[in-house]
Amino acid sequence: MERLTDIIALVGEETVRAIAGLIGVLIVVVVNAILLTWAERKVAGHMQRRIGPKEVGPYGLIQPFADTFKLLAKELLVPKDVAKPLYHLAPILIFIPVLVSFIVIPFDAQLQVKDINMGILVILAFSSLSVFSILIAGWGSHNKYSLIGAVRSVAQNIAYEIPLLLSLLAVIFMANSFSLKDIVEAQKGLWFVFYQPIAFLIFFVAGVAETNRTPFDLPEAESELVAGFHTEYSSMQFALFFLAEYTNIFIVSAIATTFFLGGYSGPVLPGIIWFFVKTYGLVFVILWFRWTFPRVRFDQLLNFSWKILIPLSFINLLVTGGILKI
Amino acid sequence: MKVVRDIVKGAVSLLVGMGVTIKAFVSPTVTVQYPRQTLSISPKFRGHTKLVADEKNPDKTRCIVCGMCERNCPSHSIKKVEGEKKEGEKTKTVTEYILNFTTCSQCGICVETCPVDALAFSSDYNPAGYRREDFYYDLVKEFEKRRKSE
Repeated sequence: MERLTDIIALVGEETVRAIAGLIGVLIVVVVNAILLTWAERKVAGHMQRRIGPKEVGPYGLIQPFADTFKLLAKELLVPKDVAKPLYHLAPILIFIPVLVSFIVIPFDAQLQVKDINMGILVILAFSSLSVFSILIAGWGSHNKYSLIGAVRSVAQNIAYEIPLLLSLLAVIFMANSFSLKDIVEAQKGLWFVFYQPIAFLIFFVAGVAETNRTPFDLPEAESELVAGFHTEYSSMQFALFFLAEYTNIFIVSAIATTFFLGGYSGPVLPGIIWFFVKTYGLVFVILWFRWTFPRVRFDQLLNFSWKILIPLSFINLLVTGGILKI
Repeated sequence: MKVVRDIVKGAVSLLVGMGVTIKAFVSPTVTVQYPRQTLSISPKFRGHTKLVADEKNPDKTRCIVCGMCERNCPSHSIKKVEGEKKEGEKTKTVTEYILNFTTCSQCGICVETCPVDALAFSSDYNPAGYRREDFYYDLVKEFEKRRKSE
């Protein structure tokens, strides 16, 4: 024990915190991805009145591990004529911002890697980088489907970033802080979803669009573009894209929980359980969307954002600001 | 105003859709895990034909080797109906009955024309084989095998 305190004193508390946080974040990311690949197939099955995976392990729970080993064992195939630096950079680049976003998410009152007073800006700044890596992946793949998917993704992400930011801004007005922890503390009385139902809806729709999930999965529309931007990726590089996608789903749900559903606050049970219950409830809704709604057309997608969501979020912001001023 | 109406209408239709899937989600699955579970076969199911046992002497079939089925088969799937007259019996006893199941369309004319109702459809729904010849069934042998397993 003395040794441990010595080490902490030597390298500094901040460093130890950062390393412990990184390990914790990695565990959450991997466990979440494993759970979600299983849950997605299970939910898909039951929504179509099938059973879903059941052969590997009890209720098919070992299935994600089997998939992971398969992907790890596969050859890393690089097609001819790809832009090699870009092609190899993209899967790594898509994964880093995802990890950074976890730093500021408060899992519990004390469980947060670092409470930055501009917390939400960190998440938004880094999560908007993921569109950049999708563009790189599509550009570097030397494949028309990848390129079309990437270009769609850019247009989509630019369109939906704006209502996403504006809807969160209304909550930030109310909480008077950018720090995620302060926002959770501000919801001790009544959750912001009851004050800001429109902002919640806008955020959730835009969040689904930002994570490229159905009904907004145009960048990887499998019926038109083979697999979109990750058509040419195989093996572990493909797995990294998937890991990033599932982690993004988690992050969007976690932000929605923190901003609108009171984060870790809740009676009786410890905060971390409340946080995960709320987050995975929203994750389930996103999975539910996928197996209910057909994909939107591209003009519908952009019209919906520019003509409906953005004006609506501006009005919401104005009304919120006006009421708070009075 | 049209925009607002469209939004409300769209939102309602989305909720209706989500209602449909969540209902399916909580209702029981209909998948039958085939090799481990099987559905019960309908009694009217038409598998290949089989010979029916005589009520008085269950070791014997009812077939009298008249050849009506062979003559009436529209696809000439009944290849050979052979029998012999045994001592002390009034009718012939079938010794060989070859059904070419590869061309049989389970029309049931043989079952209908049989004067002694010696033919019936089996409930054998999953025959499989490696060669065409695997489906040239000798119904007498099949009858004896069935008899033994009972």
